[in-house]
Amino acid sequence: MSGWFMNEAKSTKTTRPIVEVSGLTKHFGDRPVVKGLDFSIFPGESVGLLGPNGAGKTTTIRMLLGLVRPTDGHIKVFDIPLSGHLRRIKQRIGVSPQMDNLDPDLSVLENLLTYASYFGIKRSSARDRAESLLGFFALGNRSGEIIEHLSGGQRRRLLLARALINSPDLLILDEPTVGLDPQARHLIWERLGALRRHGTTMLLTSHYMEEVSSLATRVIIVDQGRIIASGKPASMVRQMVGIEVLEVSDRSDELKRLATGLRSCDVELDMTKNRLFIYVKKWCPELEAIALSHRQVIKRPASLEDLFLKLTGRTLRED
Amino acid sequence: MFRVWMRNFRVWQKHIQASLIGNLGQPFLFLLAMGYGLGRQIPTIEGLTYLQFIAPGLVASAVMYSAAFEATYGAYTRLSTQGTFEAILMTPVSVESLTMGEILWGATKGLISGLIMLAALPLFDVIPSYWTALLIPILFLEGMFFAALGLVMTATATNYEFFNYFTSLIITPLFLFSGIFFSIDTLNLKARIAVGTLPLTHVVSLARMLCYGKIGGQWQLHMIITVVTCGICCWIAVVLMRRRLIQ
Ligand SMILES: Nc1ncnc2c1ncn2[C@@H]1O[C@H](COP(=O)(O)OP(=O)(O)OP(=O)(O)O)[C@@H](O)[C@H]1O
Ligand SMILES: [Mg+2]
Repeated sequence: MSGWFMNEAKSTKTTRPIVEVSGLTKHFGDRPVVKGLDFSIFPGESVGLLGPNGAGKTTTIRMLLGLVRPTDGHIKVFDIPLSGHLRRIKQRIGVSPQMDNLDPDLSVLENLLTYASYFGIKRSSARDRAESLLGFFALGNRSGEIIEHLSGGQRRRLLLARALINSPDLLILDEPTVGLDPQARHLIWERLGALRRHGTTMLLTSHYMEEVSSLATRVIIVDQGRIIASGKPASMVRQMVGIEVLEVSDRSDELKRLATGLRSCDVELDMTKNRLFIYVKKWCPELEAIALSHRQVIKRPASLEDLFLKLTGRTLRED
Repeated sequence: MFRVWMRNFRVWQKHIQASLIGNLGQPFLFLLAMGYGLGRQIPTIEGLTYLQFIAPGLVASAVMYSAAFEATYGAYTRLSTQGTFEAILMTPVSVESLTMGEILWGATKGLISGLIMLAALPLFDVIPSYWTALLIPILFLEGMFFAALGLVMTATATNYEFFNYFTSLIITPLFLFSGIFFSIDTLNLKARIAVGTLPLTHVVSLARMLCYGKIGGQWQLHMIITVVTCGICCWIAVVLMRRRLIQ
């Protein structure tokens, strides 16, 4: 009995969300940018915030940090209301911003030490922590370098190291791999994956769907300041897109003919000028025929990118 | 607050020479040109040679230039291009601490320039009295005032051009009309009141009194004005920086 009670107590304790946002709204002047967001992030979760450029992702993150004052709505972080407790809350958050704001006046190591000082971390323990973080992000031999001499990838890794200097209970990453080459990206994904498996709670935005698929346990898709979908990436893709995608390239009259032939199948179609996207929920003989016979057909598993494009629109469609 | 100060101090240590020469050049050149050059043709004022007369005021002006320069060009770089302020605000440091840290830092740079000027005065045969020790905290307050004033400009600036106006419309007139180069007592009443509204005037008067150990009757008034304007300006700086940094 007591064992059951203790479990219960423990589970209610661990299910209190780390971030709880309701009705969050922001207008810049009279332009609405965020329009009533509601979402929560639970301990150990890694939530991907997706959305096209200008959707309001960065603005939302900046509101969580008190850098943008919400027009309306409530924010709780660590179960504490943000307003009036900003200092206490920020003590436990690590942020890697979209816009690189490393301190160009300081060296790599000094950047970390100075940042640690803002959290009130003692210099000796800051130094230990900085050195192990530099090692973790493969910057160990760069500690004396000035920031201008770092490559884009090294700067991003330093931003991540800086975000972790206070051993945060919540890690916020705004496009952590923007503008990096595949090697640099994979290194960062690998490190962030290790953190996630370690149970670090994360909120991450990205335009690399591969990144979100591998790092996020749950995604929230926003468009024009509103949440348009959320859930586990794999099951969302299966439900809303399908299991596989066929991309057929041809003249548009030929594609139209193919499309009519598929009317009896459990598929969704999306046609651009000379390409037909067939989102397959279940296979049928007509599809097999296309897949085998058509000259220009690509068959691939349905991905988060398909879902994203389906929900937020395929820009090329407007062309 | 102290941590923001410390960050700037660390950076400054790296460029110590350039920044000292840059800020001290002007007051020293004035001391030479006006004191030695012009001074030989001017009779004594209030019992002082012209060089002795202007030296304490030039110390105060060195503080003003250093503090104001740091809080405009320096702070604006940290605010805009470098994103340093934003990075700091992502940590537990508040806008208030950040602003006060910057003000204290500007005041520190001002004070350093002022102290170097003071230390150099014996080279010009100006021997400061023991009272001058009391001048040090006053110079720091003056530095806080001008750093806060600079941050007010920084918080409203949209580009560096803006600070040219600040320098030519505020700092230079203060330098010229705050009684560094002429005796206020000989002015008519209206002019005296006008000069009295300038914040630097009071520091210049205090500096001259303390430098030569001749404490005049109005020292309390000068002190009160210096402290009060400093407080008000710090408060305005905090308000405007908050408005600028938190959208
Ligand atoms: N300080 C500001 N003042 C006025 N408008 C702003 C401000 N900050 C952001 N905006 C506007 O708000 C909208 C949302 O911007 P935000 O940076 O949140 O988008 P985002 O989802 O992060 O986009 P991206 O994927 O490009 O980073 C944009 O149209 C932007 O121009
Ligand atoms: Mg963004």
